[in-house]
Amino acid sequence: MLEIKNLHVSVEGKEILSGLYLTVNAGEVHAIMGPNGTGKSTLAAVIAGNEAYDVTEGEIIYKGKNLLELSIEDRAREGVFLGFQYPVEIPGVSMTNFMRTAIDEIREYRGQEPLSAGAFLKYMKEKKELVEMHAKLNNRSVNQGFSGGEKKKNEIFQMAMLEPTLSFLDETDSGLDIDALRIVAKGVTALKSPDNATVVITHYQRLLDYIVPDFVHVMYDGKIVKTGDRSLALELEENGYDWIKKELEAKK
Amino acid sequence: MAKSEDIIIDEVTSSDYKYGFTTDIESEDIGKGLSEDVVRIISAKKNEPEWLLEFRLKAYRKWLTMEQPDWAHLKISPIDFQEIIFYSAPKKKKELESLDEVDPELLDTFNKLGISLEEQKVLSGVAVDAVIDSVSVKTTFTDVLEKKGIIFMSFSEAVQKYPDLIKKYMGSVVPPSDNYFAALNSAVFSDGSFCYIPKGVRSPVELSTYFRINAANTGQFERTLIVADEGAYVSYLEGCTAPQRDENQLHAAIVEIVTHDNAEVKYSTVQNWYPGDKNGVGGIFNFVTKRGLCKGHHSKISWTQVETGSAVTWKYPSCILKGDHSVGEFYSVAVTNNYQQADTGSKMIHIGKNTKSTIISKGISAGKSHNSYRGLVKVSANADNSRNFSQCDSLLLGSECGAHTFPYIDTANETTVVEHEATTSKISDEQLFYCQQRGLSPEKSIGLIVNGYAKEVLNQLPMEFAAEAQKLLAISLENSVG
Repeated sequence: MLEIKNLHVSVEGKEILSGLYLTVNAGEVHAIMGPNGTGKSTLAAVIAGNEAYDVTEGEIIYKGKNLLELSIEDRAREGVFLGFQYPVEIPGVSMTNFMRTAIDEIREYRGQEPLSAGAFLKYMKEKKELVEMHAKLNNRSVNQGFSGGEKKKNEIFQMAMLEPTLSFLDETDSGLDIDALRIVAKGVTALKSPDNATVVITHYQRLLDYIVPDFVHVMYDGKIVKTGDRSLALELEENGYDWIKKELEAKK
Repeated sequence: MAKSEDIIIDEVTSSDYKYGFTTDIESEDIGKGLSEDVVRIISAKKNEPEWLLEFRLKAYRKWLTMEQPDWAHLKISPIDFQEIIFYSAPKKKKELESLDEVDPELLDTFNKLGISLEEQKVLSGVAVDAVIDSVSVKTTFTDVLEKKGIIFMSFSEAVQKYPDLIKKYMGSVVPPSDNYFAALNSAVFSDGSFCYIPKGVRSPVELSTYFRINAANTGQFERTLIVADEGAYVSYLEGCTAPQRDENQLHAAIVEIVTHDNAEVKYSTVQNWYPGDKNGVGGIFNFVTKRGLCKGHHSKISWTQVETGSAVTWKYPSCILKGDHSVGEFYSVAVTNNYQQADTGSKMIHIGKNTKSTIISKGISAGKSHNSYRGLVKVSANADNSRNFSQCDSLLLGSECGAHTFPYIDTANETTVVEHEATTSKISDEQLFYCQQRGLSPEKSIGLIVNGYAKEVLNQLPMEFAAEAQKLLAISLENSVG
């Protein structure tokens, strides 16, 4: 589904990703871990098309298409979803209106008829239950006045609504208490299917107690330097990242 | 994302006016230019009583001594009044029994605007006094209104039928000497609407007038007068679009509202006159004096406006809160795009005790436009315990436009509470990216964000108007992307 080769990315001339490779297949859950400032969030932003980042080298193939040639919104319409680390507030725009507009646009792109108001509201209700979202949330403006936990839950809610094929969740677990973490993880797990894939970017192993990844990657210095299964995450939890740094030093 | 935002906004905001068409209705006009003779001709054509001709002539003479004001934050080339036609009316002017008798071309115009009279009549329950150029063409719902004793007709007709009411109230809120454009209007006003709600009557329908500037080079000088007697209520809607043309068109209207004890008038406007093209050529010059007098105690006047059109807008709907416990409100969204200029706001004059006023102004600037809020809150010495709250927000799209705020506060009473809040914001890259990541095109994203920003004001509009206003906001900032 996703094939990233030799990806180099820089911001204002400073290279942040330097030769990253990653392959994600349908039905898989990947976790990307690593110390601060190693480029995890940059990777997610580049996948979504954030133009603050310059791709200087390499390629990203998504469902056989050159992802880098698609606009931000077309990537979304093709099924790419980014769960934001810092969800953005849009005053005066209700969640209902926001989701309705998004789904209308996506359906139009895919040549589908727009959903009727009734069908839309029913669909929204189903998805709300899936992520244990309070009903009153929907008449509130997008992320405005939401608590940190509500914002993150709202990201998963939008993911449920949009049914993406490839989701990058950027530190969705940070700032969550254990209950919210459980709900977020439950939502992600419930949305898992053989046709979609999720890449979870996280700092801590604890999210992986709830979301069981097929692969765990460690990022360091703008590259994926180690890939393993869930046990790798546990090892990191126990020993920190220093042993990976030392391993890398030794190779040099 | 610095690059993308400017490009997107540029594309989104450089679209052309969508209502650019003219109606080919034969017009009868009296040639260009302004003189005392022209004033006399206008008055004679309308078969006006002597006192009204005197009113006009007095105003004209006053106007001659005045100068075009230059205090607004507007750049306007001098207006050549000798190049303007001061009177034009569709030629086929006769009493109409039904819509079948209305000029088909005119009906077509309304259809293009999506406001066909039939629809209005049948579906919306809105009585429409359609003004094309200067003469009323058709009035509907008169029966319903007549039963309640509500008078709603063209200004000229009211002059003939209710001269006493006109004489009593005309100029009582906006005297001819008030300002340059008010004096001009008072001298040459063509037509407009008159509305009187008798004691204790709540109008069962929302009253609506569509103005449309049509004949080339014809200045429009409407005059609207609304009087709500004791305990009366009316919601009045005014909506406008104009066809595209290259010459600047002058528009100087007067709206006067009077509310007696416990009466309320809600006046809503959606204004979408031709703003000029992308390069700032053409467009309507809109100099309007709108003022309401809360004459009686516990009376209320509420102005709501959505301004998206005109090359130049000079407009300050105001309230004089004379009656004790009277309330004045002003809710405004003003959009400027390309080379448009707007200097708009409100004046709240507190005279009575315990009077209250609210000003909510939302400016949206795009392109190379300039959008100014200018407001005055004045509290006289006797206005004990009066309160004002003002909120002036500016939203900038792109980096070449300007937003300005000129609030004036003048209080002569120590028990007064006046609050003023102002913010300036831009649509952030993050907001745009967030919307686009959810699948929204850049133009949809901007439309959504802008409508969210203006929601507080749009919520004040009557339902059917709110939908139209939302569409207008999106259209005026719409793009040519993909």
